Amino acid sequence: MKQFRTNDLILKTTTTIIAFVILAFSIYLFLAGHNAPGGGFIGGLMTAAAIVLLYIAFGIGTMARVFKWSSTTLIAVGLLTAIATGIGSFLFKQPFLSHTFGHFHLPFVGDFELATAMLFDLGVYFTVIGVTMTIILTIADDQNEEKSELG
Amino acid sequence: MLHLVIFIPFLFALIIPLLRTKLSNIHLGWFVLAVPVLLFTYFISFLEKMIQGEKIHSTLNWIPSLDINFVFVIDGLSMLFSLLITGIGSLVVLYSIFYLNKKENLGHFYFYLLLFMGAMLGVVLSDNIFVLYMFWEFTSISSFLLIGFWFHREKSRYGALKSMLITVFGGLALFASFLLMSITTGSTSIREIILNSEAIINSNYFVLILILFLLGAFTKSAQFPFHTWLPDAMEAPTPVSAYLHSATMVKAGIYLVARFFLVFQGEQLFAIIVSVFGIVTLAWGSFMAVRQTDLKGILAFSTISQLGMIMAMLGFGAGYENKVAIVAAVFHIFNHATFKGSLFMVAGIIDHETGTRDIRRLGGLYTFMPITATLAFFGTFSMAGFPLPVFNGFLSKEMFFKAAILDNVLDISILIPILAVIGSIFTFVYSMILFFKPFTGKENMLDRQPHEAPIGLLVSPAILVSFIIIIGLLPNIISEPILAPAVSAINGEIPLINIHFWHGFTNIPIWMSFTVVVIGTLLFRYRDKWTPFYNVFPGRWSAANVYDYLVNNTFTFAKSVTSFFMTGSIRNYLSIILGFLIGTLAVTIYITDGFAVSYDDLAPITWPVAFTGITMVFASIATIFMKNRIAAILVLGVVGYGLSILFVFFKAPDLALTQLIIETVTVALFLLCFYHLPDLTKTKESLSRKTLNIVISLSAGFIVTIIAIASHSFKKFDAISEYFIETSVSLGGGHNIVNVILVDMRGLDTLFEITVLGIAALAIISMIKLRKKEEVDS
Repeated sequence: MKQFRTNDLILKTTTTIIAFVILAFSIYLFLAGHNAPGGGFIGGLMTAAAIVLLYIAFGIGTMARVFKWSSTTLIAVGLLTAIATGIGSFLFKQPFLSHTFGHFHLPFVGDFELATAMLFDLGVYFTVIGVTMTIILTIADDQNEEKSELG
Repeated sequence: MLHLVIFIPFLFALIIPLLRTKLSNIHLGWFVLAVPVLLFTYFISFLEKMIQGEKIHSTLNWIPSLDINFVFVIDGLSMLFSLLITGIGSLVVLYSIFYLNKKENLGHFYFYLLLFMGAMLGVVLSDNIFVLYMFWEFTSISSFLLIGFWFHREKSRYGALKSMLITVFGGLALFASFLLMSITTGSTSIREIILNSEAIINSNYFVLILILFLLGAFTKSAQFPFHTWLPDAMEAPTPVSAYLHSATMVKAGIYLVARFFLVFQGEQLFAIIVSVFGIVTLAWGSFMAVRQTDLKGILAFSTISQLGMIMAMLGFGAGYENKVAIVAAVFHIFNHATFKGSLFMVAGIIDHETGTRDIRRLGGLYTFMPITATLAFFGTFSMAGFPLPVFNGFLSKEMFFKAAILDNVLDISILIPILAVIGSIFTFVYSMILFFKPFTGKENMLDRQPHEAPIGLLVSPAILVSFIIIIGLLPNIISEPILAPAVSAINGEIPLINIHFWHGFTNIPIWMSFTVVVIGTLLFRYRDKWTPFYNVFPGRWSAANVYDYLVNNTFTFAKSVTSFFMTGSIRNYLSIILGFLIGTLAVTIYITDGFAVSYDDLAPITWPVAFTGITMVFASIATIFMKNRIAAILVLGVVGYGLSILFVFFKAPDLALTQLIIETVTVALFLLCFYHLPDLTKTKESLSRKTLNIVISLSAGFIVTIIAIASHSFKKFDAISEYFIETSVSLGGGHNIVNVILVDMRGLDTLFEITVLGIAALAIISMIKLRKKEEVDS
């Protein structure tokens, strides 16, 4: 299959721009989730979409060199983050998964709200990325293998 | 002390493996023999107290909260049975020492035998019905193990299974009856139940209690038509047949009827059922016994018939003014144990010394085995009820005739004595066959030269035969210590027992006995002339055939039922599941009158919403008619995107976003996977099948719609959402209520949902990456 690979120049160029726009939007969705539509789940899906686009444009081989993290590790990291947030509330003698929030004044930004729920959402975010990437890459990889076997 | 005594057999059974390995050069039976002998002397020591009418109580708590305790009571009836169990138990163990080779698996044999002995003592001594039931099942299990002792033989396994199925069936019926008894009387003690027998008789369940109770007793005591397991149980080693299937276990049912006699006494139904089944069993068992060619087969049917006779006497006794019947029953229990035990041992000796039990091959053994022949002579003639004072069987048989004449439970009571005489005639015939066929006549073809049995084998039957003679001559020596307390335990009255041999010619029973002897002799003499009758007689409706038919057809029926609906077709299962769903929901709605339409609180229908909805409907209908998989997925995608538009209209931006992306991802994944599947082929389905599918899907959709409408109309409480709206900012610190609910208020749900996602991803990896290479190739 490799010898017939076409040079998708336009796709690659637009991808480099669009992927980062999508990534930025997904991070916005994730961060804004507590007050506006969005959150860990949608943000994670969107990030995964950006990465998938990169995979389509550059192929698995290139991405494997750039992107060192295995997607299953992301699942584990995400789940651990979510559980650790829940367990963290034990430190303050609170029930599992109790959340708190506070307002802080930061330079440049002004009034900024930080909530422990964001940490939990970060876990969701990582897990969703990991799961989506795992599913798509596993199936896609398998099809490539099969094609090369058949070919 | 009494508790220890009952548990001794169990405790001793536990050390048998130890004895077997440590002392392998001495026959294990010698050690085991100590147990029944010890117990027998222990029970004998109570005889004095029994005569004075005392009872011995003993209680050990087991489950006090349920009123289930080891309460053991010795009274006259328990005493009689305990003496039989331990006495004949001792003789059987002694006999088995010489009968069984040391190469046999003796550890198993004596283990089972002791288990049985302890269980049987528990049955006859328990006052608590549930403890009694426990020991009752123990006897079934140990009997099963003993019948299947030579488990490498097909017929042993068949017989063991058959006896197990039938006796356990009866045991469970008995358990149900006990439960009902304890519910109606509020007690688990037999003695208290007897005191409260009014409660049982007047309860609505009386007939049920009685029938279940008698099912238990009849199956165990091999009454017609449940007698069929006993002839097949003859595959057990002969000591087992002698012990379990003549003297003890098969009398457990008799014991039960006698024990609960005071509860049902005077009830017409009880008297009729027990006496009719007893008398039918007597006639049928003796009739069938003549047909047998196997020594143990004859003895098995003879046991059935004698048990029927005892049962019938108990039934007669339940009628009024028939006091002699109970005395006769108790007397015959004792006598039957003596002569049947000795006869089984004789059959075992013949088998042991000649290698066969087939009466067609045996003959002229008297010259070789004179002692055995003498023992057999007393056994068989006592069983036949031959009128000579040395045979105890004659005495009890004559009392049986007397009881049969006095019987007044049935309107057609004249049939009862007639059936009794007919049964006794056949009893006479098979007893004669049993004695004359093997011991007289010409010597037949035997594989080896027969010779007299070793003395050890002869001791046990000789002791039993000596009982036959002693009681035949002096029947009153057991009447005061054994019979009278037993009778008083059964019907609550202390009888004056004086058993005579000779009543004079004015008595009807003596003429009945003479009739039996004369006709019996004639029938035996000319048996060649009439036995072909048995060949004409159809065996199809015999209980054994009915049993086989039932067992086999249960298997085939279960198999056909299973293969009818467990087709392996997922489509069928889905039809069944949906069918049940529709059925239960429809019935529930119909019964509870649960359907209502309320137009309150409905959102206005706007044009964009209506348009989106109609588009989704068209798309979903179109999906059904798609001929290409990819096209079907894409059209299905329209429904998904339509849904996300609906979310937008109904102001759920988070849901709309999520639905949009998820729909895209699933469509993409579908496309990836379906790429591999073959094209949709039009499956040719029958019209009825198609109609069924349409009906099921339409009604499933209809019922869900109905429920959705009804559930909207029955809003009984305000929604909890007000709370979330109010506290989202103050408690959660966020303005996005959906997100605050997801991560803060109900974070636990989210935690497990992402876990589900993680597991799904790992499952996909393991399905795709870790499958075997061969599967890929094929």
